Amino acid sequence: MTYNLLIRRGRVIDPASGRDEELDLLIQGDKISGMAKSIPEPEGAEIVDAAGKIVLPGLIDMHVHLREPGFGHKEDIDSGTKAAAAGGFTAVACMPNTEPAMDNDSVVYSVLRRASEKGHVRVYPVGAVTKGRAGKELAEMGEMLKAGAVAFSDDGSAVSTSHLMRCALEYLTAFGAPVIEHPEDKSLSEGGQMNLGLNSTIAGFRGIPREAEEIIVARDIALAGLTGGKLHLTHVSTAGSLELVRRAKARGLRVTCDVTPHHLLLTDDMVLESGYDTNTKVNPPLRSKEDVEAMKQGLIDGTIDAIATDHAPHHVDDKWVEYDYAEPGISGLETAVGLILDKLVRPGLISWSRMAEAMSLAPAKILGVPGGVLNEGAVADITIVDPEREFSVNTRDFKSKGKNTPFQGWRLTGMPWMTIVGGKIIMRNGTIVS
Amino acid sequence: MTLRGKDLLSLREMSPEDIESVLSTARSLKEILSRPLKKVPTLRGKVVCTLFYEASTRTRASFELAAKYMSADTVSLQPSGSSVQKGETLSDTARNLEVMGTDVVVMRHPVSGACHFLSKVLDIPVINAGDGMHEHPTQGLLDIFTILEYKSRIRGLKVAILGDILHSRVARSDIFGLTKMGAHVTVAGPPTLLPPGLEDLGVKVCRRVEEALEGADVVYVLRLQLERQTKGLFPSKREYHDFFGLNRERLKYAKEDALVMHPGPMNRGVEITTDVADSPRAAILDQVVSGVAVRMAVLYLILGGETSDL
Repeated sequence: MTYNLLIRRGRVIDPASGRDEELDLLIQGDKISGMAKSIPEPEGAEIVDAAGKIVLPGLIDMHVHLREPGFGHKEDIDSGTKAAAAGGFTAVACMPNTEPAMDNDSVVYSVLRRASEKGHVRVYPVGAVTKGRAGKELAEMGEMLKAGAVAFSDDGSAVSTSHLMRCALEYLTAFGAPVIEHPEDKSLSEGGQMNLGLNSTIAGFRGIPREAEEIIVARDIALAGLTGGKLHLTHVSTAGSLELVRRAKARGLRVTCDVTPHHLLLTDDMVLESGYDTNTKVNPPLRSKEDVEAMKQGLIDGTIDAIATDHAPHHVDDKWVEYDYAEPGISGLETAVGLILDKLVRPGLISWSRMAEAMSLAPAKILGVPGGVLNEGAVADITIVDPEREFSVNTRDFKSKGKNTPFQGWRLTGMPWMTIVGGKIIMRNGTIVS
Repeated sequence: MTLRGKDLLSLREMSPEDIESVLSTARSLKEILSRPLKKVPTLRGKVVCTLFYEASTRTRASFELAAKYMSADTVSLQPSGSSVQKGETLSDTARNLEVMGTDVVVMRHPVSGACHFLSKVLDIPVINAGDGMHEHPTQGLLDIFTILEYKSRIRGLKVAILGDILHSRVARSDIFGLTKMGAHVTVAGPPTLLPPGLEDLGVKVCRRVEEALEGADVVYVLRLQLERQTKGLFPSKREYHDFFGLNRERLKYAKEDALVMHPGPMNRGVEITTDVADSPRAAILDQVVSGVAVRMAVLYLILGGETSDL
């Protein structure tokens, strides 16, 4: 019997069991086969000295744009999953706003085939709710599930009408998959470039009111109540949305939500402070200080289930233009862990366990995919973090083709050190090795 | 402090000292406009480029005349097609102009912040001639200049701004410039055309036009930007005129010697009646004269002149 990997003396965090202790961790094949205080060195095993490091269940980013098929100049499965591995993610769920849209099983198959050829981490396709993401009729969601999709979303837009959202939630109860909703009432947000408020008044932009998000959040929660369907609200950004989610959870509805690192950390002050830097343009827009505080509170108290990056890589040509003409979005995979560690874990706002829950266990549960736990017999998807390593965010180091980040130059402490997928080391100290 | 080589992007970001230096320079230069031979050699050999992505009559003419009166050479471009229509990018167009030897670019653009973007693209100074709904700083400066000519002070004056504040770059520049100089600014207009947060900028927001006009030293009427209206912000021109337009009756709420101003072009009979616009209290054409003087001052200072040299 050949053991392939022994991870020694790391601080092992497993939110599912509450475990937080220094352990050795033995990996055989693609499974964790042993966890103990001291495991004797098996013959022929690779030894990883993780002393001083934090060993987490593999991080899962449940909202990324890999841009393939159709937008290979922005990102592709190769570059996007390299970015994921470099950022400490062992799996990503990719959104269907591709060209063509991922709205049928053949596109799901082709993405999965490309992922098996070119991918560096696990790829979970999120299929479109409606054909062509056009919001007119339901896509063949059952067929897409059979092909390997894990959830459904018309991301980029909300599901167009209350009727279709009702149907989607209701129909999917037969399959158990969630709808991942991008909550935005376009009739209120149309033409808006940033959050509505004093800053939009000063900057001279039409503002996007918080209510554009909250109206759809409220609608969808009502429909989750009506149908018993699984609703996941992605990139929530307002205090009001969280209040609605809080009440929905108290009612016992199957409603979950995620927040992005940028909505946890940045405010709309940044648009003016940066002199209209288009890297501050994102949808939903950066909100106010009060909203940011509410996001942190929601993450602490569990109203927010997960952290997802909404990794939205763009080509420089899509950003080096006037603000209105710039594409919205932030390339987030390679900054998320550093930001969450430096700004939330180190100051003690959230624990290591809460971080692992929000970035691994909760996404695994919501998507119904393996991972999220560290125990004997579990899949060997593991993220090891160096909590003391300091670095500056520099887009030149990005594996992603998307260099669009408002965090350029930020000094952060704590970064991903090793990414292990299915027992195989994919990233070691910033370098993609497999 | 000097404006030499600097951008002029907004009055919000402009120091009171720089504003004063433009105003005093404009006072010296204005005299040139009344000479029989309107030409001084001050900017000989300098090239001023006006780059207008949006239609304009007076602002472009005003900048070009200002440059020509000081012997600068001018080149004007009006690239067709904005937004989606994929022409040459702003960055490429502007860098071409820069390498051809342009000393300053004066840009008007439909997108807020476009001049800030341009200033990152170019090493030469950028003057904002109106960007989207953001600012129109030389308009703000010429408005202050005009008020000063009539009232000799800004501090303590009550200025009522009426109309479509939401879409108005003129309103923003006036608000920032006038409050910086110590004026009390009140605004009134259809609530759908008043953006949030104005109180935080030191502006008093009134529900009724009459309330805003009460005791005003200056009444500033904004153009109702019909072309910018998203449907549904107000029901009709007629109703706008009836409730929010400036007419002789409403003007009685202001001080007897109140100055009436408008950035032009006017929609007569909509935001302002003809009798008010053409009354002796209207300083609307004076604003246009001030505009040339202020733009001469701005070009002069940015292209390297000192107030003390005049």
